[in-house]
Parts: sequence; structure tokens; C-alpha cells
Amino acid sequence: MSDDMLLGEGSVPRFPRGARLQFNQQRQQWMVQAPERVFVPDEIALAVLQRVNGETSVAAIIDDLARTYNASRDVIRDDVLEMLRDLAGKGVIAL
Amino acid sequence: MSRISPPLAILAELTHRCPLRCPYCSNPVALVRSGEELSTEEWVGLLRQASELGVLQVHLSGGEPTARKDLERIVAAARDFGIYSNLITSAVLLDQSRVEALAAAGLDHVQISFQESEAANADRIGGYAGGHAKKRQVAGWVREAGLPLTANLVVHRQNLDHLGAMIEMASEMEARRIEVAHVQYYGWGLANRAALVPTRAQVAAADAVVNEARRRLAGRIVIDYVVPDYYAKRPKPCMGGWARQFLTVTPIGKVLPCHAADSIPELAFDNIRERRLADIWENSEAFNRFRGTDWMPELCRSCDRREIDWGGCRCQAFALAGDAAATDPACGLSPLHAKIAALADAESQAGGDRFTYRSYASMEAAGNCST
Repeated sequence: MSDDMLLGEGSVPRFPRGARLQFNQQRQQWMVQAPERVFVPDEIALAVLQRVNGETSVAAIIDDLARTYNASRDVIRDDVLEMLRDLAGKGVIAL
Repeated sequence: MSRISPPLAILAELTHRCPLRCPYCSNPVALVRSGEELSTEEWVGLLRQASELGVLQVHLSGGEPTARKDLERIVAAARDFGIYSNLITSAVLLDQSRVEALAAAGLDHVQISFQESEAANADRIGGYAGGHAKKRQVAGWVREAGLPLTANLVVHRQNLDHLGAMIEMASEMEARRIEVAHVQYYGWGLANRAALVPTRAQVAAADAVVNEARRRLAGRIVIDYVVPDYYAKRPKPCMGGWARQFLTVTPIGKVLPCHAADSIPELAFDNIRERRLADIWENSEAFNRFRGTDWMPELCRSCDRREIDWGGCRCQAFALAGDAAATDPACGLSPLHAKIAALADAESQAGGDRFTYRSYASMEAAGNCST
């Protein structure tokens, strides 16, 4: 079973070796680096990825975001799960 | 801030030395010998400049980059400068302790090339006995070291019918990414085109194999597919546009917009030994010659895909049209397209199976073939 299908609120996401979030001074941008890929996360993706550390669960990330942005937990939950599943499918996130 | 955005990635061709003799090698036909190569300090200095310029990734390639004994030091320098490092290797020179040493030095990713799924044909194509078995062994060590692996499957007429088995092989060795790359016809590949160019039927079958594998392996393996553009309707956006995102540094320090650019005789390229990287990227004549859209012929400039295809490939335009500023003949709108497609068709049917193998000794023969 692949990580994107297993991912749920109890999962603890991390960046696997070969993928990382990095701030680039010259571009003044956060960028995600992965095997032969570089992309710029949008504001929401960045907020999620900055909370990915291999220790915090998806549920805790959702709680934190709902608090920080004063938003409905249900809405945040769906967005976060969809985004992390997509990134797990691309190998940028592992469990 | 300068108006020219910085490059995303550098292809560092650390050496032209390689134990394999692949007849489609992307190196130029005129190979550089080891005594002329940049020193460790020069490569480290280049990476420092690249990091200051805003480069995010370095692809350590060759030739065979592990032929350099100082590879660990170059990898460590990339890590120290915050540059993501990718080793593009044939793998046959590696042993397990060196794989571990490279991982410890901070290497981020490994790409191993495979010539075939069957050992005998793989070793014939690569011109190196025992190579295939060694590659599979090294792929295991790479995974054991915790490094992500890409299997680079180079395909052409003499292995394309086995693409399904090649993808299966890559999946078994737990590659996280597969690159299915049709041979590109420059340098050695151009010299061997008649022995390599696939038939249309093979290409159609390969497209179906890739699409099926992508569906089946979704979420487990990312498959990137480099199409053969002689049969395409639109050219490939070579390098994402000339001097827009990438640059290549050759073993002797020449800085190129792409690894084949030296095949365009009208261009003079600067050397990192004589000029700063940022100055070359932003101000050199060769980088500015085909940058953007102003240089384009009317056919490209008036096309609504001008900033998608970027006019195709300058090296291919020179190789096929004799003019580096022409529309790439791979484009269906080029007046030369029908002729090129017919030539590929004819070669795919009538061409033999014999290769001119890449070697220092056969440089002259290959050079004569390609002109």
C-alpha cells in the first residue's frame, strides 16, 4: 500500500531523504526540492509543509492551522489531507 | 535584482572518462582527456558561485562522475552551500563503501542508467561486459543507504520492445522515480541514428506501455517520459528555453546553456577559469544569443506556443537545418519537418544494428558521420 492511500489524521508526516523545504535568498521564496524537481508551494501548502517535522501528527497540524487561521477544522482537515496525499503520491512526503 | 532570473540547476560534467561506451552518449564527439579537467578546488569554487547566483540543484554527471576520486568532496561542498545534489551515474565503478561515503557526504539523490532489462543485450549496448548485473547490485546498495533512486531507462529501436520489462525491473529495485528517455540525436547519438531511431509502431506501443504503467504505479513511482521528437507535432521545449533555467559546465570549465551547445560553431563560450559565473549567465553573448523570443524567426515569434516550446532546440536546428536560429525541424510547422520525419522513418526501417561505440579512438569516425 502506498503512503498516499495510508495517510490519515493519525499519520506523522516527514520529508524523506531527497526531499526538503528550503528558503532561497536570491528569490526570497520558500521552495520544495525533490529528485530533479523544484517547485514553489502556495501559501496554504507552505503553512502545512512548515509544520511537517517527523514528530507532529496530521491531526495536530490541522488543529494548529485551524487555531492560527481561525477557521473551521472540517474545512482545514479536508484541504490538509488532500494536499498531503498528493505530495505523498509524488514522494515529497513520507510517513 | 537583475532582470534575468537565476538558473535553477547546473549540469556538472565532472569528467568525460567512462568505462561504458554507449553509442548514444550525450557527451560531444570530441572528448576531453583527464589532464585537462577542472581541479577539486575549481569545482568547489564553481559551486560557491552557483549558490551565490541562486542555483538550487547540481546534477553531477560526466562521463562517469564516480571516476573522479574527489567526488565526495564535491558532494560535501554542494551540501555546505545548500545545493541539492543529484548523482547521475552508470554505477559500474561503485562499491558499497563508496555509496555509503557519498550518502554520508550529503548526497540527496542517485540516478542510475539502465540499457535494457536483459543482461546480454544491455551489456552489448553499453559496450561493457558485466555492467548490467553490477548496476542492479549498486541499485540495492543505494536503497540500503537510504538514498532515493531514479532508474534512467534510455530507449531506442534496439530495446524499445522491452520497455514493459524495463519498467518492471525498475519497480522491483524500488526506484522512486523512473525516467523513460528516448535517445536524443546529438553527438554520438546523431552518429548512430540509423541504428537507434525507433519505428513509429514502436513509439506508439511505448506510449501505451508508459500510460499503463503510470496508472498502475501511481502513488508508488513517478514516471517521467522524454518523447522522441522527430515524430512529434511540436518540438520539445529544450532546456525550458535557452539560458532560462539551466546551464552546463564541461570537464574543462566551459559554461554552456545546454550540454550539446558546443556543437553550434557560430557560438563562442566562456570558461569559468576566466569569467565569473554570474557574469557569464547574465551578460555573455552566447547565453543572450537565443534567450527569450527576440531572436526567433517569424514562424516562431508569431506562434502562440512561443513561450511554451521556445522554438524547440537550437542544437537540433543547427544539426538538421544547418541554421541554429531556424525553427526546430522537429516542429510540425517547420518547412523541413516532413523531410526529417521521412528520414527517421526510412532509417528506422532500413538502418542496421551496428554501433559506432563511444571511445576516444572512434572520435574521428563519429565526427565524420555526424556532419
